[in-house]
Amino acid sequence: MNATDVKPRTIPGVRVGQVSFVWRPWLVGVTLLLAGAAFLVFCLSIAVGDFPIGLSRVMATIVGRGEQVDEFVVMDLRMPRALAGLVVGIALGVSGAITQSVARNPLASPDILGITGGAGAAAVCLVTVSGGTAAAVLSTVGLSAAALVGGLGTGLLVYLLAWRRGIDGFRLILIGLAVSAVMEAITTWLLASADIRDVARAQAWLVGSLDNRSWDEVRLALWCTVLLMAVVACVAFQFKPMHLGDDIAAGLGVRHARVRAVLLLCAVLLAAAAVSAAGPVPFVALVAPQVAMRLARCPTPPMVASGLVGAVLLTGADLIARAALPVTLPVGVVTAAVGGPFLVYLLVRANLR
Amino acid sequence: MSTTAVERPAPRGATEARRLRAGGLGALVAVLVVAAAVSLAVGPRALSPGEVWHGLFASPDADGGLTEIRLIVQTVRVPRTVLAVVAGIALGIGGSLIQGYTRNPIADTGLLGVNAGASFAVVSVIAVLGLSNPFHYVWFAFMGAGAAGVVVFGLSSIGRGAGNPLTLALAGQGVTVFLAAMTTAVALSDQKSLNALRFWNSGSMAGVGFDVIWPVTAFVVAGLVLALSTLPSLNLLNLGDDVARGLGVNIAVSRTVGILAITLLAGAATAACGPIAFLGLMVAHVARSLTGPDYRWLVPYAGLLGAVLLLVCDIVGRVVVRPGELDAGVVVSLLGAPFFAVLVWRGKFRSA
Repeated sequence: MNATDVKPRTIPGVRVGQVSFVWRPWLVGVTLLLAGAAFLVFCLSIAVGDFPIGLSRVMATIVGRGEQVDEFVVMDLRMPRALAGLVVGIALGVSGAITQSVARNPLASPDILGITGGAGAAAVCLVTVSGGTAAAVLSTVGLSAAALVGGLGTGLLVYLLAWRRGIDGFRLILIGLAVSAVMEAITTWLLASADIRDVARAQAWLVGSLDNRSWDEVRLALWCTVLLMAVVACVAFQFKPMHLGDDIAAGLGVRHARVRAVLLLCAVLLAAAAVSAAGPVPFVALVAPQVAMRLARCPTPPMVASGLVGAVLLTGADLIARAALPVTLPVGVVTAAVGGPFLVYLLVRANLR
Repeated sequence: MSTTAVERPAPRGATEARRLRAGGLGALVAVLVVAAAVSLAVGPRALSPGEVWHGLFASPDADGGLTEIRLIVQTVRVPRTVLAVVAGIALGIGGSLIQGYTRNPIADTGLLGVNAGASFAVVSVIAVLGLSNPFHYVWFAFMGAGAAGVVVFGLSSIGRGAGNPLTLALAGQGVTVFLAAMTTAVALSDQKSLNALRFWNSGSMAGVGFDVIWPVTAFVVAGLVLALSTLPSLNLLNLGDDVARGLGVNIAVSRTVGILAITLLAGAATAACGPIAFLGLMVAHVARSLTGPDYRWLVPYAGLLGAVLLLVCDIVGRVVVRPGELDAGVVVSLLGAPFFAVLVWRGKFRSA
């Protein structure tokens, strides 16, 4: 950057009572566009299927003016899946944005921190250990609850193990790697010692899929996500100064240790809720904040935009997996196929700079 | 251990240290022999030392009870023990070499995507070519392991990332997650490969016959010869590329030979007994704390320690969850991850 380029750029601020923020038209515009895109993909996800419904009819049905037939297909059959894609995508995107900001590393995501691994191990444990006896419980919310508990437990374990006079991003990631390795080992062993039919089911869940969502599962994830997003929104104002470093943040009156703990807890819970609804879908939490950051031209991952990008990514990937590919695959395979190369790109770019 | 504190001992001290290290090697060999003997005796059907002896060396025309013991010892316990020793040596030496060549204290064959590459190759081959004999798909596991290892190595050494532990770990993790998802995609569409994969995946010593063990041993021996031939130049490489070049090391040749050796060792071990993570990492750190930074001593120590550790993990796995078995790879992970966490905690990986 040339010295001549550096001149003070004035960004208009807005103050409403106690609250003040910077007015960034580009960020707001991108966020609105993303919201539109997310809604469009959501409607497309409902429209596409064995019984295609036109987009206009889908929208009419959503607002309550559809025909009887459409009503049934849209609200009962396809809505849970589309909504799950939306909610899980938002939860994963925001969760990734938080972990990446806190660890100050673009590669820190719930997958790497072991949260999805823990949720997976807990769910597989339930599937294989209970066997056929608890099949009725399994079919509804048992799996989701187990995943939620497993993800939360693992997240707390990683946090506690990485705590040594404060949280350090480097240590957090490495401890997360170690814990996810343990979870992986447990999962592998459970799979090896289980009945082959249970294994196939557990494996399908483990790669992340939106098939056969019921309203029960979606509702749990939806409420968890809404609640947690409210908490994140409250704390996010305190979080902004922490990008300047802990000392400056403390000087500006932010209790950085507490804010960081609350945000990380929210990130863990969001990821766990997402995993409980759709299984450990890989790479969405990693990719979404980075894409959002580049689209919005922000130096740090913007929360709202990250969530929306996550929703677009996940629902879009599900759409591709269902409609565009010759064989029906779980959505996790598609996100992995996109996310893996993206991770490599991030690594190489970070190293070349 | 701090690598900067270079001591310059008096000549007599040096011979003393050398004698001590040689003695340590002897002790490790003794421990290995004891562990192997225990491995022959322990299992669902516990055998007394006398029975093991008979099973190994009795003449073929003995009575009924003895032939049963012969069967157990010669077709189950001996292959298993031999495999654990071979794989342990390979993984231990592979791990210490990887740490030496990357100058990266976090390097480990399991963390480098080697295991995931092998898994992916195995399921693809089973699903596409319909192979069912482990003897056949072992070779593809070997190729997959090598390819994934080279890719992760390459990715993490582009630009400035070469010396950074985090870059290597993350590149490995990223490639692993990617390959694991692809593996699942294949396995889900083909139940036969899913079934083969889940046993192979847990890192088990059991059920591998000598028809697989001999070729794998041949690869490991080839890798060992290559590895031992590069040890002096590896010592110099760890002084930094410029210094090593000044002292007459051909860096490109030395690196290539080293990577070839690592791929042979790790790939062969992974192909034979499935993914085993953390073994190389643990063993290399323990060996370094025992011998100091001299790779001519560190590598043999790491090999023997690896064999002992893998044998012990295999034995422990046979004992703890009777009547079932915990696979050695799972035991190693359960042991290795906390070890890794302690290293992180004590700041051992800071040297970037």
